[in-house]
Amino acid sequence: MVNSTEVVIRIEGVGQAFGEVGDPRRVVALESTSFEIARGELLCLIGPSGCGKSTLLNIIGGLATPTMGRVTIDGQPVRGPSPQKVAYVFQDNTLFPWRTVVDNVKLGMAFQGVPKAEHDDRAHESLKAVGLSEFAHHYPAQLSGGMRQRAQLARALGLRTEILLMDEPFAALDEQTRLLLGEDLSALLATTAKTIVFVTHSLVEAVFLADRVAVLTARPGKVKKIIDVDEGHPRKSTFMTSPKLSALRNELYELLHDEIRKTITLGEAEAST
Amino acid sequence: MTFPLRLRLLLIQLGVLLAVLATWYAATLPGGINHLLLPAPAPVFKDFGVLLTTGSIWPDLFVTVFEWIVAFAIAAVAGSVIGYLVSLTPYTVEVFDPLFAGLYSIPAILLFPLYLLFFGLGPASKIALGTTIAFFPIVLNTIAGLSCVDRAYITAARSMGANGLQLFWSVMLPAAFPVILTGARLGGVIAFLAILGGETISSLAGLGHRIVSLAENMDTEQMFANILFAVVLAVIINVTVSFAESRGKRWAH
Repeated sequence: MVNSTEVVIRIEGVGQAFGEVGDPRRVVALESTSFEIARGELLCLIGPSGCGKSTLLNIIGGLATPTMGRVTIDGQPVRGPSPQKVAYVFQDNTLFPWRTVVDNVKLGMAFQGVPKAEHDDRAHESLKAVGLSEFAHHYPAQLSGGMRQRAQLARALGLRTEILLMDEPFAALDEQTRLLLGEDLSALLATTAKTIVFVTHSLVEAVFLADRVAVLTARPGKVKKIIDVDEGHPRKSTFMTSPKLSALRNELYELLHDEIRKTITLGEAEAST
Repeated sequence: MTFPLRLRLLLIQLGVLLAVLATWYAATLPGGINHLLLPAPAPVFKDFGVLLTTGSIWPDLFVTVFEWIVAFAIAAVAGSVIGYLVSLTPYTVEVFDPLFAGLYSIPAILLFPLYLLFFGLGPASKIALGTTIAFFPIVLNTIAGLSCVDRAYITAARSMGANGLQLFWSVMLPAAFPVILTGARLGGVIAFLAILGGETISSLAGLGHRIVSLAENMDTEQMFANILFAVVLAVIINVTVSFAESRGKRWAH
């Protein structure tokens, strides 16, 4: 944890189910889950497919309403999107393709309610932070996948929120690009002191980026264990190849292994019914 | 010798046009088709030039273009507004989308005799026909465009705090715009064709009217010159709207 242990996000008995009680098709995506996220920390959510990690992220961001429990941010219960406090980076490319990169960043600010006079400076600042200044006037279709995710990050940074929610932002990228973006992200975040919740499938990515990694169980998901990664930011490529990272990665794999197997058998059982 | 692909395609296209012209010319050589039925190209082009310089065609051109613009404007406004209203809920889309698609398959020209009864021989009946024909592709594409906007864009906009108006103007409309534009192009082009067709069936003025009366007077040379004029006009309209369409979609590539 970077600065203090002051709690920003409190997840209080949050659960999510789809379908009515008693309906045989009812799916409990997330079982009552509680934990806290401290100011300035980067928490990774990792777990098998369908364990509800994206659902949990959407509940924190106010894009989904939990069927049980609640989330509070700075003590205020979340009841919908809170654009002043929370910015998103999505897995899919959600840049608006009809706008250039810089206009995408500015549109986010317009939505959030930033005065127009500040748009130019703030947009260029956040594009510079992600290294996309030269591509400000390109359309998303003219960028590589990695650059598009940088642009999405720039749009989120331009909102200057305290909290950043990232839903598998690098999942669609090749491994090399993703490792490099992870390094850049770590360097960038060391300077911004944001509180970040980061959903990922990748064990290495989780250990490399996170201050803490929350391992979720197979569906219905709940937190199985939270692992500390006691390593300062920014993290260098040397950390990537360190025994410490390997050890933590192995520990994560141990925790996840059974859950992934459960998910697969669950999937097979559902497919056969 | 190698040409860039585009130039090569252009040369082939020009070649086909030249071949058509050559066939036309060959058919009118002595021993060929009677000039009363098929005039030779040269006098037709000469008449076409005279048509442009004397301006005798302007009054009829004005009528046709006026009918077209009014028909297109009504269809565009009605089609996009109704399309927008229908797209607001999945329920209305399910009700009205198949309904409009079904009505679209009715040949609108069959309504023309009715429109003549209702609106008379003047421009109004042609405007009604053009409007009917242009309305369907515009309304259908507006519905399709607006109701198929990627949910991810809407979620992203909402997460950044977009209100309803911002969501519509900055996300829904631009996302749907290329599809709506395609509907408008289609509607515009077929409305023009329908209006010309309507004029040839029954009218008091307009390019179609002019061509029919020349044919009835067996003045085929003049008739061909006027047809050539209508063709040139149709090409100009098509190129213009296609250009506008590609401008509207320039971000896509």
